[in-house]
Amino acid sequence: MAKTVAETIKEITQQHLEQNNGLLFGQAITAVGWVNNTVPNCRNIVEFPMADVSNMGIACGAAISGRRPIIVIRFQDFMWLNSSPLVNYAAKSKDIFGTSTPIFVRSLAQKNAGCVHAAVLHSLFMHMPGFRVCSPMTPNEYQEVWHDFMVHDDPMYVSEHRTSFGNTEELKNNYDQADVTLIPISDSRFNVNEAVRILAKENIACNVAHVMWLKPFKNDHILKALASSKCGLVIDAGFEICGAAQSIAYSLIWASDKPVKALGLYDKSVGVTPETENATPDAQRIAEVVREIYKKTIKRDQYKENVR
Amino acid sequence: MGEQINFKEIFRKMCLIRHFELGVAEAYKEKLIPWLVYLAVGQESPSATISTLTKGAAVFTQHRGHSAYLAHGGNPQKLVDELLGLESGCCGGKGGSPCIQDLDVPMYGHHGLIGENIPLATGHALATGKLTVAYFGDAAAEEDYALTSYGFAATHKLPILYVCEDNDLSILTPIKDRRNWQVYDVTRSMGLASAAVDDDPKEIFTAAKQLLNRLPAFINIKTCRHLWHQGNNCDGPPKSDRLAEMRKVIPGASEIETEVKAYVRNLWQKQLQKL
Ligand SMILES: Cc1ncc(C[n+]2csc(CCOP(=O)(O)OP(=O)(O)O)c2C)c(N)n1
Ligand SMILES: [Mg+2]
Repeated sequence: MAKTVAETIKEITQQHLEQNNGLLFGQAITAVGWVNNTVPNCRNIVEFPMADVSNMGIACGAAISGRRPIIVIRFQDFMWLNSSPLVNYAAKSKDIFGTSTPIFVRSLAQKNAGCVHAAVLHSLFMHMPGFRVCSPMTPNEYQEVWHDFMVHDDPMYVSEHRTSFGNTEELKNNYDQADVTLIPISDSRFNVNEAVRILAKENIACNVAHVMWLKPFKNDHILKALASSKCGLVIDAGFEICGAAQSIAYSLIWASDKPVKALGLYDKSVGVTPETENATPDAQRIAEVVREIYKKTIKRDQYKENVR
Repeated sequence: MGEQINFKEIFRKMCLIRHFELGVAEAYKEKLIPWLVYLAVGQESPSATISTLTKGAAVFTQHRGHSAYLAHGGNPQKLVDELLGLESGCCGGKGGSPCIQDLDVPMYGHHGLIGENIPLATGHALATGKLTVAYFGDAAAEEDYALTSYGFAATHKLPILYVCEDNDLSILTPIKDRRNWQVYDVTRSMGLASAAVDDDPKEIFTAAKQLLNRLPAFINIKTCRHLWHQGNNCDGPPKSDRLAEMRKVIPGASEIETEVKAYVRNLWQKQLQKL
């Protein structure tokens, strides 16, 4: 039977802890379901107290020793506290001291979990130099990320999403001739197929170029998809303003010479009530924005044609 | 541990730190060092003494760290070069005064957030199982992430000695304006062997020797910063001067100091001539 993302993480972790003498840190790891069953019950696991600044400092200190610790942050929102040792120490040590702090930060997100349990904050770590940043959503992608971590000596921010944990499938890009290229990140990747179906019924053809590597950003496959369409939409599970989607859209505009828009969460606090709901753009919302940008792009192209 | 105190060795290290720092002060005054410097003039005895008991330990310091570097066997030439921003510096000239690292010691630097080195040292002790010494000031010592790190070291019985160089100052704010509790009371209640001593090497040595048999441990050493928080200026004569007291009691003190002074002067002159 095909492995899920959760099983893949567990297997990689077990191998690292048992055979590499690696380390795994986190809060409430050994209770509460072993982090959605992604952590094995084996040696080299250290339970952290509830101290979200010093914990990350301790983990970075352990990383200096070369044991390549994995630290699990159960909700990405806690990064506002935990990020200080990461951005102030781990991200800089190679540039300033010439010694690296290879730490594997598993930062988890969850759907509809309220004010401080639902955020996707990979954008913060793309902003600061020194990190490799990714958001794997499939078993093979997770393997690739782990391999990348082990062959480099940079700290790695892994923006996980619980929505992906049961996933066994690889998510495919397609480069067909299309009207719009959808460029999804994180759990929005699971919403695009539905959006593609909705839009196909309206005669708007979309192709899809998935984003797993956020930094260093890998754009060859995206440019290939964009080349065979008229415009693009980058969709992220994080906030739109100053977020990954905007940053990537901007770089794609210049690399492809095509209009590319960003779509992310609204600029408002996230809660659990209907009024405060502010989740990853779903298929309906993606379709709505695609219609809008497609219309604009057609108009623009016609105008250009007329001028010519 | 059966070591006997070696006053001469400690005194020699203190002289090295004092004259090195005075050399930095001079170079800074002459604008040969155009960036910030944090000097340990007056604060020589803690690291000079602790280092004689912790040879080979991994050392984690904060901004006022020239003293620990020199005491723990760091290469003075590489520190001169570092302060001058030269590639041959212990940190390639990129760290400067507050960010000193040299894996030959081995000493690990930090990037300027006070107390940042305390959790880092704690994680290092956990991951390596090797003796680790963390030096920091009385302000860093009270940071929230420092307190948790002490507790973590107690929980995991880590081989770490926390050394608080307590000059009763956070830049210019004394402890009484910041807190009405002592960090060593907190660490003691967490289960760390803890001691509070004066900057007399004999007191430091006796306490540290005991603590090193009961790690993890915390030692608070009252000390006196002679110069401003940053740079070469001062506000008049210091309240106390441990090096001056030592001069009176160490046999051959004057010869030792003269020799060390000449050595340090030569280090600076050699490099400054090249600039
Ligand atoms: C986290 C953090 N907060 C505040 C500062 C500003 N700051 C720089 S040095 C200093 C005082 C440090 O005092 P102490 O730790 O006692 O060391 P000392 O300078 O006395 O040797 C402060 C508050 C800082 N660098 N980092
Ligand atoms: Mg102080």
